[in-house]
Amino acid sequence: MVELRQPLTNPSVSRRAKRLAPYRAVLASRMRSQRSYRSNFLIDLYSSFVIGFIELAEVWMLFRNVTSLGGFTFSQILLVFGFADLCYSLADMVMGHCDNLPTYLRAGTLDVFYLRPQPVLLQLITSDISLRRVARAMVGLGAMTIGLWINDVQWSPAHIGLLAMSLVCATAIYAGMYVWAAGAQFFLVQGAEMTNAFVYGGRYASTQVASVWSRPLKVVFGFFFPMAMTAYVPSLQLLGLPGPQWLPAWLAWCTPVFATWTWAMALLFWRLGLRHYQGGGG
Amino acid sequence: MRIYGRLLHAGIRQQSTYRLAALGGLIANATFGFLKVAMLFATVRAAGGTLHGYDIGSMSTYIWLSQGMLGSINLNGRTDFSDRIKTGDVAIDFIRPLNVQGAHVATELGRSIWALIPRGVPSILIGAVVVGMTVPSTPLPYLAGICSLLLGFVISATAVYSLGTAGFWLIETHGIQTLYMVVSGFLAGLFVPIYLFPHWLLAVAEVTPFPSMLMYPTNILSGRTTGVDTVALLAQQVFWLGVTVLVGHALTVRGRRKLEVQGG
Repeated sequence: MVELRQPLTNPSVSRRAKRLAPYRAVLASRMRSQRSYRSNFLIDLYSSFVIGFIELAEVWMLFRNVTSLGGFTFSQILLVFGFADLCYSLADMVMGHCDNLPTYLRAGTLDVFYLRPQPVLLQLITSDISLRRVARAMVGLGAMTIGLWINDVQWSPAHIGLLAMSLVCATAIYAGMYVWAAGAQFFLVQGAEMTNAFVYGGRYASTQVASVWSRPLKVVFGFFFPMAMTAYVPSLQLLGLPGPQWLPAWLAWCTPVFATWTWAMALLFWRLGLRHYQGGGG
Repeated sequence: MRIYGRLLHAGIRQQSTYRLAALGGLIANATFGFLKVAMLFATVRAAGGTLHGYDIGSMSTYIWLSQGMLGSINLNGRTDFSDRIKTGDVAIDFIRPLNVQGAHVATELGRSIWALIPRGVPSILIGAVVVGMTVPSTPLPYLAGICSLLLGFVISATAVYSLGTAGFWLIETHGIQTLYMVVSGFLAGLFVPIYLFPHWLLAVAEVTPFPSMLMYPTNILSGRTTGVDTVALLAQQVFWLGVTVLVGHALTVRGRRKLEVQGG
């Protein structure tokens, strides 16, 4: 609470900083609290490192048995994997705890969020930050770097721009998925598994070669939840590959459209959910 | 013994209240199932039609059986037990005149059995109707398979219980739970059959209890293993059941001495 009081009493601080002060105070306290269970934090950090590697191993298990899959070699899929995992871990670090919403819903503790004079979504997002995910993002970053290194990427300013844009948009898409899932929880209450199918299933899908997908999968994970746009399609463009039917490489330039779409859907669900909530009693 | 039967029943009733959640679980199973179909079928085709004894039909059987079991086995490592240790509620469990481990496992088993109805069987049906799969034509694999399936459920419950007892020492078990989630799913053969692993990794998987939860029941039910091999797999499951029960018991006894509950 020390951080909270200081900026509020200092008259020279701008309004904006004042408004952000409560969020900063909460985040700082969450970071401290994570380090207070020291052994758990270390195991956490180590686990998220292992998670990254095992996810990579899952992909490798398929590729080690064949030379190419859906037109991709292992070194090419490494780029897709790195892309997807880096952006997903970053989104997960900031938004992952939105998964806890069903617990708040069932226990009725969400009511407190409504009482505070701040947007509920912003409170939920800033209610925690998972520092341990840093380790996993490192695996993603490593895989992506190696992927960019060993593959024959024809670098041009446009490609660098595309890479930067895709990283931002992909992270935004995954973050939007978490908000969508949280919004849906207001209706499902105990249905975390359904939304997980699309959030975590989405991550799994985004590390795959989308050209092997059936048409319904392309509709669901290519466009509705634009998972193919986060890693596979940008990789196609960087590697100079044409892309399969329905998912041409030029779509890589449209990732901001897909990010906007995801967030529009997410915020719509969130608003509906927020209105739907009637309190958990107590 | 009757009391544990009641707890098992309570587990079934508890899960059956959340209908929408069951539907959600089914949608989750099916979605992942189709993603696995896309990837694994492509791999089998790229390998020339067969891959470590799997063809398209038997790969489909593996995918949909394992997806169907997903609702019944706990591969995420989450357990109420570690929460109860953290909050101190476990003190009440110890006062009750029954074995804490037994009560916990009985409730879990109830949940597992219930999950077969809204999630297990429909998942398999979706796979059979939409994708198609090859199934054994004699009754024996089904009988042995059901035994193996139940053993798998119990092993998953006893293993996660043992994991939960770590809370006596660590208090906050989120980290170890996440680690369990990743390692167990991978070594149980959830994403790819463990027979696609390189030899050294397959050897590693086989000295853990994880394949007993998912891979072995799938092998037996799909008819991939028959005769003596089936008996060997069942024996391994019984072995791991024994190990996880004993470990869970030993940790409970030791943890109880370590337990410190505040307030009152």
